[in-house]
Parts: sequence; structure tokens; C-alpha cells
Amino acid sequence: MQLDGLYQEIILDHWKHPRGRGLREPYGGESHQVNPTCGDEVTVRVRLADGTVADLSYEGLGCSISQASASVLHEQVSGRPLAEALAAHRAFTELMGGRGQVEPDEERLGDAVAFAGVARYPARIKCALLAWVAFQDAVIRSGGTVDVAGGAA
Amino acid sequence: MTAITIPQPPPPLDVAAVRADFPILTRPVNGHPLVYLDSANTSQKPRSVLHAVAEHYARHNGNVSRSVHTLGTEATEAYEAARAKVARFIGAPAATEVVFTKNSTEAINLVAYAFLAATVGGGDPRFRLGPGDQVVISEMEHHSNIVPWQLLCERTGATLRWFPITDDGRLDLSELDRLVDERTKLVSYVHMSNILGTINPTDPVVARARQVGALVLLDCSQSVPHGPVDVAGLGADFVAFTGHKMCGPTGIGALWGRAELLAAMPPFLGGGSMIETVTMERSSYAPAPMKFEAGTPPIAQAVGLGAAVDYLSRVDMHAVKAHEREVTEYALAALATVPGLRIFGPTTGEDRGGIISFDLAGVHPHDVGQVLDAGGVEVRVGHHCARPVCARFGVAATTRASFYLYNPRDEVDALVQGLARVRKVFG
Repeated sequence: MQLDGLYQEIILDHWKHPRGRGLREPYGGESHQVNPTCGDEVTVRVRLADGTVADLSYEGLGCSISQASASVLHEQVSGRPLAEALAAHRAFTELMGGRGQVEPDEERLGDAVAFAGVARYPARIKCALLAWVAFQDAVIRSGGTVDVAGGAA
Repeated sequence: MTAITIPQPPPPLDVAAVRADFPILTRPVNGHPLVYLDSANTSQKPRSVLHAVAEHYARHNGNVSRSVHTLGTEATEAYEAARAKVARFIGAPAATEVVFTKNSTEAINLVAYAFLAATVGGGDPRFRLGPGDQVVISEMEHHSNIVPWQLLCERTGATLRWFPITDDGRLDLSELDRLVDERTKLVSYVHMSNILGTINPTDPVVARARQVGALVLLDCSQSVPHGPVDVAGLGADFVAFTGHKMCGPTGIGALWGRAELLAAMPPFLGGGSMIETVTMERSSYAPAPMKFEAGTPPIAQAVGLGAAVDYLSRVDMHAVKAHEREVTEYALAALATVPGLRIFGPTTGEDRGGIISFDLAGVHPHDVGQVLDAGGVEVRVGHHCARPVCARFGVAATTRASFYLYNPRDEVDALVQGLARVRKVFG
């Protein structure tokens, strides 16, 4: 079935069993992102400590892609050095913008490679990116340095 | 001797013959036959419309209202003929009461702008607004019939009020006399809801508006394409609708307005074609509708819309309406069998059109739409540019199937089968 490319088992699993869901204290920065075309929402909180993402908590409302993406984001960046987390963010953003032509970087992305198929559905890319956009914004609000141009952070 | 005509039900629509007129309906989508259930968003176009647009560019292309040459004359005649066809289609007393716009949104904004310009420039008192004056809309509106009035009220100090929606998706007119009072200058509301499918009553609202001296604008974007609409009979002052939802091209819509009101309104966009004479100090303006049609208009699109109303008239709008009612009633019954499905809006065919919005428990509309699309079934998902309606029913988004003259019953079956697949993927 053609839909398998989009709704990978990993994605459906994260959707049914979201990891680390719920907003937690303390946090250094919070970002609320909305997709105006469908009303999907996600709030991401980030706590930075000693150059690592000590916690990423989130709450959201929306389609399976947007909510699974937030769950995968939590798994991929929580407890990781900020530089690595931002590298994963860059790799994910690149993957989503690649129209299905970008070879996913498994080492950096972990479970997030499951979203590779989403890049072939232009209408759904925003859903996948919502939490990741919120993550980057929350890092900036936490006082973290983000090289938006894509260089090393 | 006058023959007495007894009203006969329209002959049933030959859906197979209609479908043969729409080339796009034979294409596959994702390996499946296309099941197009998104006509409330934009309708498909029959071959005669595609042909009329191509023919216009291929044989008659010139600019309108300013050329003495043959092509310009042919283009002008075609453009004005299209206006006359549209006027006849909606029962307008005169073609000059039809103003071509880009779409319904522009038609509504044109009226809102007239209020603003009259307020600032001391125009006709019926269009002047100030603190204490009111504009009344409804909770059922498309954003295009909310935002222009919010902007207008912010800019003039007037107050925006609205009719609420009942639990079964009807307009709540129980407070009509309180909401529409002596300070109300305009009542602007939707004839048929683009999200609930509800067809709203006009008589009581128009009667109350007359009583208090308010004008009435009806957003007929979803009603004009789907059944006979007679603007003279509706009793409203303005009617807005758009071409692309009624088998016509994008980029062309219309505002119908009473001649006397159009004459009293200040111009909209300034520029070529809308003037009578121009000096460096000031200008005087052409009569309506030209007064509101500055610049080169969408000529080929107007010609296409003319061909669209020709097509719909040939099929017969009574037959279109009867067909859609039948398909809608079938769909309401069929969707009721889907576990976890909740319909927003009227659940019987009474005073409703072929638009059905629903929620499938536990599955987000985006996911519903995606799985349906994989099976070739095209529906719309989201808030349908009517967020307040979603908020009213406590959801962020809905899935919406909408029907037109080319949708047979078995496409409803395809939808229901597709929903079973959705439940399997997300079960």
C-alpha cells in the first residue's frame, strides 16, 4: 500500500504511544507554534543545562504526523548535547525540504528517519516540522545559540 | 388564452452524461478512479467552459471597452454577453446590476469598502457608520464574511454582532429583533453554509432589516452553484458569489446589487475603465457596473463563467438541486453507519445542501483526508475558513465531503469504504 511510505509503523507507534508528552517545569524557554491552514498546535518547552538539552517537554493537538513528530523530537533531543540536538534539527529540516530526494542521515536522526516519506507530501511537511520549529524557537528563548543559517552551533 | 402550467418535478439528472462533459473525471488519482468530493472548495469544469476560454484567447482576444478594432469589439461583446448571462441566471432585473469581481471575497470587500469610503467621505447615509451603529453577521460565516466587517467596525467605531448557531447547525434567529435593531446598518450572512451545509432562511431577516432600515448582503457562494437562485425574489440588497464553484474559471466572481444602491456607492478601485473623465485635480466616474471594475478585467474568465451558466442552465438548476438532495440524503444515511462518525450540521435533507462535515473519533481530519486521497477520494480537511464554526462545535478541524451534479451515489459508497480504511490504519 502506497500510504506505507507516509504512515510508517514507527510514526503510528509514536502517535498511539507518545513519549515524554506533557509540559514540565522547570524550563528555560517555551514556544507555541500553530499551523494556520489546519489549526494544528504544539507547545514545546526546553531546559538547557551544561550545554545539553536536559529536558524537552511538549503538548499538542493535531494530526498523527505532527504529534508523532513531537514525540520523536522528544526522544531524539532530550539528554543530548545541544550541538548534537541542533544538528539533528538541521538534518530533519533538510530531510523535510528535500522532496524525497535527500538521503536521511540515520545516525543523526534516529527514529526521525521514519519521516523521510513525508517529504514527498508537500501538504504534510509543515505538520512534521511544527514541533521542530518550536524546538529551535524554544532553544533561542532559553538563551541558547542557534546558527539559523545552518552552521555548527 | 393563457395556458396553465402545473409545476412538474424536473427530469432526473443523467449523471453519466454529465460526467462525460468533465474531462478531469476520467483521470486516475493514486492508481484509483478519481472521486471528487470537494466541489464546495472548487468545482470541476465542463468541456464547454474549457473550450470557451481557449476559443476566446485563440480567436477573439482583445482588450475590452476601449478598442475600436474588431478583436476589441468582439472581446467587449463577449464580456458583456457574459454579464447578461450571469444576470439572467440569478434573476437580476438588469445586467448592469452585476459587477464582475475576482471572487466572492472581493465582492464582499467591495461593499465593506463602500461603507468605509462613504463614512470617511460623507457619502450616502445608508452607508455611513459610526460608534453606536451595528453590522450584524452570523457565527456560521466563512472568514471572507467576517474579517471585512471586523476591519470595517475597527475603522469606523461601529459594533459587530452576530447570530449564534443552534446545536443542530441552524442559524439561531430567536433573538432576531434584539440583534437587528434601529442602529443596524447592514446584515451580512451566508445563504448556505460552506461547512455545515445549512441553507438559511431569508424572509424573516430581510423583513426585519426592512423594518429598521438596514441593508442585507447574502453570501451565496455555495447556493448559486447548486440550485435556482432568484435575487429579485430573495429580497436582499446585495448578493455575492464566485465563478469557480459553479463550473467556471477561477479569478471571476460577481456582486449583484440593487441598481439604486450601486449608483449611491462610491467607487472601489481607481484606475482605467471606471472613469467618465479625468483631470489632474479630480475625476468623475462611469456608472455602475463599470464604476467598480477598474483596470483590465478578467475577460476570458468572464467568458468562461458565461459558458458555465449556459451549461448549468442546459442541465437545469432544478434538476441539479434535486440530484444533490438525493445524493446528500443517501450520504447522510450512509455516513450514519460509520462507527465513531459525528456529523456537524443538519442530519436530514431539509433546508440543507450537499456539504457534509464530520469528525471520525480519534482520527485527525488531516489523516482522514490523506488516507482517502490514497484511494482517489478527494475531500477537504481543516477549518474550511470558518474557524468560529469549528470552535462552536468544539473541534479544531473537520473532514468535509461536498457533492455536485457530477457525483453519483456510488461515490458516496467509495467515501464510506475509504473511511473504513482510515479506521483500519488508525484503529
